[in-house]
Amino acid sequence: MTAPVLEVENLQKHFPIHKGLLRRQAGSVRAVDGVSFAVRAGETLGLVGESGCGKSTVGRAVLKLIDPTGGRILLDGEDVTELNAAGMWARRRRAQIVFQDPYSSLNPRLSAGAIVGEPLENYGLASGREKTNRVAKLFERVGLRADFMRKFPHEFSGGQRQRLGIARALSVGPALIVADEPVSALDVSVQAQVLNLLIDLQEELGLGYLFISHDLAVMRHISHRIAVMYLGRIVELADKRALFTRPLHPYTEALLSAAPIPDPTRQRKKLVLQGDVPSPANPPKGCHFHTRCPYAIARCKVEDPVLREALPGHQVACLRREAGPDALPLPA
Amino acid sequence: MQRNQPAPLLEVDNLHCHFFTLDGVVRAVDGVSFSLQRGETLGIVGESGCGKSVTAMSILRLLPKGLGRIVDGSVKLEGRELTTLGDADMRSMRGHQVSMIFQEPMTSLNPVLTVGLQIAENVERHLNVGRKAAMERAVEMLRLVKIPDAERRVNDYPHQFSGGMRQRVMIAIALSCNPQVLIADEPTTALDVTIQAQILDLMLELKQKLNTAIIMITHDLGVIAETAQRVLVMYAGRKVEEAPVVELFQRPLHPYTQGLMRARPRLDVEAEEQGRRPRLQEIQGMVPALNRPILGCAFAPRCGYATDRCRSEAPGLTEPVPGHLVACWEATKIAGMGHA
Ligand SMILES: Nc1ncnc2c1ncn2[C@@H]1O[C@H](COP(=O)(O)OP(=O)(O)OP(=O)(O)O)[C@@H](O)[C@H]1O
Ligand SMILES: Nc1ncnc2c1ncn2[C@@H]1O[C@H](COP(=O)(O)OP(=O)(O)OP(=O)(O)O)[C@@H](O)[C@H]1O
Ligand SMILES: [Mg+2]
Ligand SMILES: [Mg+2]
Repeated sequence: MTAPVLEVENLQKHFPIHKGLLRRQAGSVRAVDGVSFAVRAGETLGLVGESGCGKSTVGRAVLKLIDPTGGRILLDGEDVTELNAAGMWARRRRAQIVFQDPYSSLNPRLSAGAIVGEPLENYGLASGREKTNRVAKLFERVGLRADFMRKFPHEFSGGQRQRLGIARALSVGPALIVADEPVSALDVSVQAQVLNLLIDLQEELGLGYLFISHDLAVMRHISHRIAVMYLGRIVELADKRALFTRPLHPYTEALLSAAPIPDPTRQRKKLVLQGDVPSPANPPKGCHFHTRCPYAIARCKVEDPVLREALPGHQVACLRREAGPDALPLPA
Repeated sequence: MQRNQPAPLLEVDNLHCHFFTLDGVVRAVDGVSFSLQRGETLGIVGESGCGKSVTAMSILRLLPKGLGRIVDGSVKLEGRELTTLGDADMRSMRGHQVSMIFQEPMTSLNPVLTVGLQIAENVERHLNVGRKAAMERAVEMLRLVKIPDAERRVNDYPHQFSGGMRQRVMIAIALSCNPQVLIADEPTTALDVTIQAQILDLMLELKQKLNTAIIMITHDLGVIAETAQRVLVMYAGRKVEEAPVVELFQRPLHPYTQGLMRARPRLDVEAEEQGRRPRLQEIQGMVPALNRPILGCAFAPRCGYATDRCRSEAPGLTEPVPGHLVACWEATKIAGMGHA
């Protein structure tokens, strides 16, 4: 196995909650609450989970686009936890991000060509004609016409803008790409092109991807391993085959059952999750999932499950899995 | 399809929308027609940039002023022409009779107003209620779209929400006044599948309770399969296919639609082949530029079935199978070949 390009240990990010006229701090949102994982060169680690569970916060915190509250981050084997902004800027050439919302991450006053060429110029990698040529190649790679270089962001459709973001991230030759829903704005044919492109680039350049997506079919296609998050924590982490064929966490099971199936004649059996989504400002005691878990027993309400290996390479944080990986009986 | 049916709620006829840019006139929507019945969900799919959002925006007359404009065609709601409606009438229609969930929640939400106020403003404007009642409605709506801790979160600003939560705020605004027509532009793309399922159920409920008609624009063929009764496929500003949902999935006739169906990664089979991820089937090539006249069928340069005629003459819509419209010279041949 190759060396990890990213290692994260017990990462935490808490956002303060302010209340009242004086905006006094009245608590905090535990957006990320102790998350550990590694991404190896050439590997895609998929990150899935409920909307608001902290995936984007993880993605931003590992690149230190926001300051983590606690934990350790190693990029290319180097501890960057304590680095300042200038130090981080230099490292970020090797670790790029593609955002979820392509529009707000593109400077509306720059032409598309300038947007993609900007990092090349900033990091002193190319300028003048050489830069223009490389930008044109990048445009072609991500499926944009070279004559689009003169256009401005507002002239592009949502999907076209997302491709600009990918081209810009690729321009500086990173080792790690954090991709936050990079294909969710794309139609399936462009999505196929971009996924093929991301896989080609990964195999060619040994890129590591931390890939965030809600689309389980996309996840199953591109990931090697998948981490499932719920309310700030990883509740299951496994090889994708194991995760899809034998999910061990009750939340994962519910998630897989809710995926829409592109066949109008088929009725899917959804395990509809009961109960409200708890707030990360005030997470339930014990297992965060117990309020909605059909298998919860009394212990789950008081005891915090830790992520442990239930099968080789298959980690799960569930007290009821201490008994083993077999089907869980519903509580009496 | 519309035979023996009541007059449609919404009727879009031969809609043309152009953008006037330095690079020339962009024909974003180039003669699109469709209709929508009460309580019906019409799915719209198509290549990124093919004009889905522009079609939606022009129904609400929200194209950027001075840049984009409806140049031809008509949009009728209950027989009333919207393209020539006065601005004031249009404003009272928007967010009320017809409302829209926008594709990009961050750019459509006001960053300096709390989300509660943004929902309340819409409610106040259209339902004639005071601030207090409107704020209560805002909390109720946030709860409905599954935002935890709704009483506290109404006072938060958009940047304090996750991507998917912002999208749910947009959904809350759009649903807050019980619209007759709901235009949902990628409403659940940023949501996880469990919340997506809940939101789709919520829309279904609205439909059953109030007979709301829905235009569902999405790239997710799974969402289309689960929500739409009829599907319209667009390519390069035009409608290239329209059929009832089961028919479209079982017998896609347009080569572009067939390409779409094949390009999707599969959820139900193992993607790995001998330890390697297989390639997805792309549709080769790119969409044509919309600022130059397109000769013949816009899809011809990427199409495996294309003939000389396709490259020189644009196909009109035909109905090779009853209720199934397609714009393709080779459609009859393709229909005869069965499912590709
Ligand atoms: N700047 C901020 N201030 C306060 N709270 C925040 C901030 N950014 C994020 N949060 C909160 O942190 C939690 C996690 O947000 P995050 O954006 O990481 O979710 P996510 O998993 O990416 O969700 P989605 O799938 O919807 O994009 C949410 O409860 C969100 O409201
Ligand atoms: N303000 C604008 N100025 C110039 N061209 C524009 C403008 N807005 C949109 N367009 C063009 O109109 C066409 C249709 O855009 P539209 O946003 O409707 O695409 P779409 O089908 O919604 O795509 P997506 O699936 O990516 O959201 C695109 O080719 C786009 O480049
Ligand atoms: Mg996110
Ligand atoms: Mg769009």
